[in-house]
Amino acid sequence: MSTKWETVIGLEVHVELATETKVWCSCKNEFGAEPNTNVCPVCLALPGSLPVLNARALEYTIKAGLALNCKIQRRSKFDRKNYFYADLPSGYQISQFDLPLCYDGYVDITLKDGTTRRIRIQRIHLETDAGKLVHAGDDVAAADFSLVDFNRAGVPLIEIVTEPDLRSAEEAGLFLEKLRSILKYSGVSDVKMEEGSMRCDVNVSVRPAGSTEFGVRSELKNVNSFSAAVRGIEYEQKRHIRILEEGGQVEQETRSWRDAQGISVLLRSKEDAEDYRYFPEPDLPPVEVTTEEIERIRATLPELPDALMQRLMTEYGLSAYDASVIVAEREYAQWFLQAVELAGADQAKAVANWQINELYRVMNEKELGPDQIPLTPEQLVGMLKLMEKGTITGKIAKTVFDKMVETGKDAETIVKDEGLTQVADEGELLAIAREVVAANPKVFEDWKSGKQSAAQWFVGQIMKRTRGRANPQLALKLVTQALEEQAQK
Amino acid sequence: MALTRDEIARVAHMARLSLSEEEIEGFAEQLSRILEHVERINQVDVTDVPPTYHAVTLQNVLREDEPQPSLERETVLALAPESEAGCYKVPKITEG
Repeated sequence: MSTKWETVIGLEVHVELATETKVWCSCKNEFGAEPNTNVCPVCLALPGSLPVLNARALEYTIKAGLALNCKIQRRSKFDRKNYFYADLPSGYQISQFDLPLCYDGYVDITLKDGTTRRIRIQRIHLETDAGKLVHAGDDVAAADFSLVDFNRAGVPLIEIVTEPDLRSAEEAGLFLEKLRSILKYSGVSDVKMEEGSMRCDVNVSVRPAGSTEFGVRSELKNVNSFSAAVRGIEYEQKRHIRILEEGGQVEQETRSWRDAQGISVLLRSKEDAEDYRYFPEPDLPPVEVTTEEIERIRATLPELPDALMQRLMTEYGLSAYDASVIVAEREYAQWFLQAVELAGADQAKAVANWQINELYRVMNEKELGPDQIPLTPEQLVGMLKLMEKGTITGKIAKTVFDKMVETGKDAETIVKDEGLTQVADEGELLAIAREVVAANPKVFEDWKSGKQSAAQWFVGQIMKRTRGRANPQLALKLVTQALEEQAQK
Repeated sequence: MALTRDEIARVAHMARLSLSEEEIEGFAEQLSRILEHVERINQVDVTDVPPTYHAVTLQNVLREDEPQPSLERETVLALAPESEAGCYKVPKITEG
């Protein structure tokens, strides 16, 4: 009899805060600067230099905690985590050990089947990012030496630690997406995995389904994208199950994910586990946070994706799916809200349809990110107004839409320049209807013998003749009239 | 609580200190005495005493998030034995 296995996953997510300056010194916190141009005695750990906490880094950590439903530690402190590595000038990382700024939070995720799972956040602490190693040569193993850029050393970093509440790679992927979205709405980070401002380590273990004890876990490092996290978890899950089914024991170890090859390799075993010898940071006094301060920070939080999604459903009548794909990115949500403000709430569904079906399609084709929306809300609303007035048909609107994206012009200009105004002149359309009916006696006979779809076929012909500019309801009415006339003859 | 020779060697290794056998023995004895002293302090009942997180009574020493000029790169790289392409050059490092 084969055992059913359950996978247990916990995540440690590192997120760089979008402050102007580093956490302990006034060097710029900036991605992509020339190497070693944003460094000073503090972030290089030169003797005699002293760290001073950046007020905004403290505020953003608390803000992230509030956005993730955490409690805030009223009295917090910093600790030294000691280890040697070439990207760490001081030989220790300033972090938080037993009194993290935020604790006991949660994120709700919605699974494909519609059920909601609550993933608990154990803690969020503020710490220091390390410098960046540039390996000469194609890979680490082949390099004779490494180059170090300390621009990133001292950038404020928060570490978000979940409880082992995730049960599948899919859940982990959904959690990471949701986490990224919430942090982006909060404005505390730009959360770009490709630029390393969001990174994650994954703890995976498996146990027989129904068991309440945890299996031995492995920790996966170097997971650099959401899809890598999903693949890495699936790989580890299989690896553990295979070991267990062969009667073996999983070793507690740290492994490195090699995404290109789709495998994990051993980094260090439990015996070589690091001993960080934490102790209170003597160079930084403790931090006390008052209720007033917490409430002041809470007031700066924008409407977060869950609340906004609810509002889009109740206030504008959007479906759960439509609301979810609009709130998925902060830029999308802002775009939608602006368009609805311009167009009026009664147009919300139309805005959503165009945004989801057309705008996302175009962005997908052009591989544009959420910060590169190729159409303004004003453009879309201008087009909707022309549809409402009957100036253009729904069919023509699609052409206008693509041209707006292409040229950046407004709908009115495009309609005028290209002569796309709807043909609503009954006389003109009736003449065309009579022509197409007379020209297609076979289809006419079909209609006569009761085939309803034949009338639609004639409407199609009218659309062809007018290049889609005929009002479809009017066209159907006139086709019916022409058919009946023909039948009388 | 007596520390063993191996424990001293391990701590020394973690701190990247190179100690002679005599130094290891000497530190084993001295550090054991320090730990014994801490053990004695540990006997004091501090149930209702708030922990001292810091020796000074300061708290919330913060600075505004405003950039100040950094050092010149030449100055910075001059501190290193070797540099290349605007970076510090260090011996090969395996991933960790």
